[in-house]
Amino acid sequence: MARIIAGVATSHVPAIGAAIDLGKTEEDYWKPLFAGYEPSKKWMAETDPDVVILVYNDHANAFSLEIIPTFAIGVADSFPPADEGWGPRKVPVVQGHPELAWHLSESLILEEFDMTVVNEMPVDHGLTVPLSLMCGEPEEWPCPVIPICVNVIQYPPPTGNRCYELGRAIRRAVESFEPDLNVVVFGTGGMSHQLHGERAGLINREWDQRFLDDLTANPERLRKLPHIEYVREAGSEGIEMVMWLVMRGALSENAREVYRFNHVPGSNTSVGNIIIED
Amino acid sequence: MLQDKAEFEDIPGTYLFNSDRSREGYHLNMFCMSLSKSENRKAFRADEARYLDRFPLTEEQRRTILERDWLGMIKVGGNIYYTSKLGATDGKSFQYIAGKMSGMTGEEYLAMMVGGGRSIENNRSKSEQVD
Repeated sequence: MARIIAGVATSHVPAIGAAIDLGKTEEDYWKPLFAGYEPSKKWMAETDPDVVILVYNDHANAFSLEIIPTFAIGVADSFPPADEGWGPRKVPVVQGHPELAWHLSESLILEEFDMTVVNEMPVDHGLTVPLSLMCGEPEEWPCPVIPICVNVIQYPPPTGNRCYELGRAIRRAVESFEPDLNVVVFGTGGMSHQLHGERAGLINREWDQRFLDDLTANPERLRKLPHIEYVREAGSEGIEMVMWLVMRGALSENAREVYRFNHVPGSNTSVGNIIIED
Repeated sequence: MLQDKAEFEDIPGTYLFNSDRSREGYHLNMFCMSLSKSENRKAFRADEARYLDRFPLTEEQRRTILERDWLGMIKVGGNIYYTSKLGATDGKSFQYIAGKMSGMTGEEYLAMMVGGGRSIENNRSKSEQVD
C-alpha cells in the first residue's frame, strides 16, 4: 500500500529560481536563504520519496483567464518547464506518475472534489522552484511528481478549509493505492508578500510565525481563517498559503515538525520552509 | 459565503483581483499573456502601438501599457501575474515593478525589503490609517 510519510511547505519565489539558474546563490543577498535550505535538501535526499504530490499555483502559464480551474491535477507522463516570458528554466523535465495521478483523480472526484484533469501542462516556477530548493540541481529530478494546481489568482480561491479537506481526501486516495510507495506532499507559495499596488512589499513576520506554529500544532485555527485575513495581514499574494493547508490535511493529526526556516527577503517575499513528518 | 467587497477595498494600496477587475482587465491581461510567446514579444517590440491593435483595449488601458504606468494598469483591471509578463518583455523584475507601483526608486524599494519589508502597522485599513 502507498502511504504519506511527510509534508513539506515552501515558498516558490521566481527570483529564487533565477538566482539558482544564474549561479548567484553564494552572493551576500542570497546566501542566508540558500543556507537555510541546506538541512531541507539533506532531509529530502535521506527521505528519498518514491513520489511527490506537489500543490502549487500556476502564474498565468499553463492556464490564463481563458479557463480558471479551482483544482487541477496533472496526469501526464511528463511536464515541461514553462516559458514565463524570459524562456523556460533550464531544469529537468518533470516526470509524472500517471497511474497514481489517475487513481487520485478518480478517488477525489468520487469523494466530491471536482478536479480538472489535465493531460498537457507546462509547469512554471510555482512547481520547479520548490523542487530546486528541496532537491538542488540534479540532472534529473529524484522522483516522479504529481502536480496539483490551485487557483489563487482570481478571487476567490478555494477556502482554507476546503484545501485542508482536499488534503484529507488525498491521504485516503494514496492509502487505497496498491503499490508500495512512500509519498511526500508539498504545499507551496507564501509566506507574507504583496506584489502589487502601493502596499507592495508588505511583510508580516509575526503572522507568518503564528502560521508556522499552528500548522503543526493547531491546524484547526488555520482552517477557519477567512480570505480577508490572509489578504489584510499577509498581503494580497499571501493568500497562496491556503495551499499549505492541503499538505497539512494530508498528514495525521499528531504529525510532528522536524524543521523550519524563515528568511526576509527573497525578492518581495517572506520565504518560509517547514517539514512535518507523519 | 460571499465576503463584503468593502472590507477588501478598505485595505490600503491593494486591488483585489475580483470579478469586477477581471472583467474590466480581461483584454489587457490577455495581451500580456500573448507575450509568453517569443514571436509575439518580437512583434510587440517592433511596433508596440500596432501590436496593441490586436486587442480591444480602452484608451486608458493602451496608455498605461505604452507608458509603462504599472500602477495605472492595475487600476484598469491588470493583474500583476499578467502585467509582469510585460515587465519580463522589458527585462524588468517583479521587484522593479513593485517599487514603481509604490512610488519608490529601485534602491529605496530594495533597501526597504532588506530591512524587513513594508510594515503591516498602519497598513491594515484605510479608515483607521493615520498620517
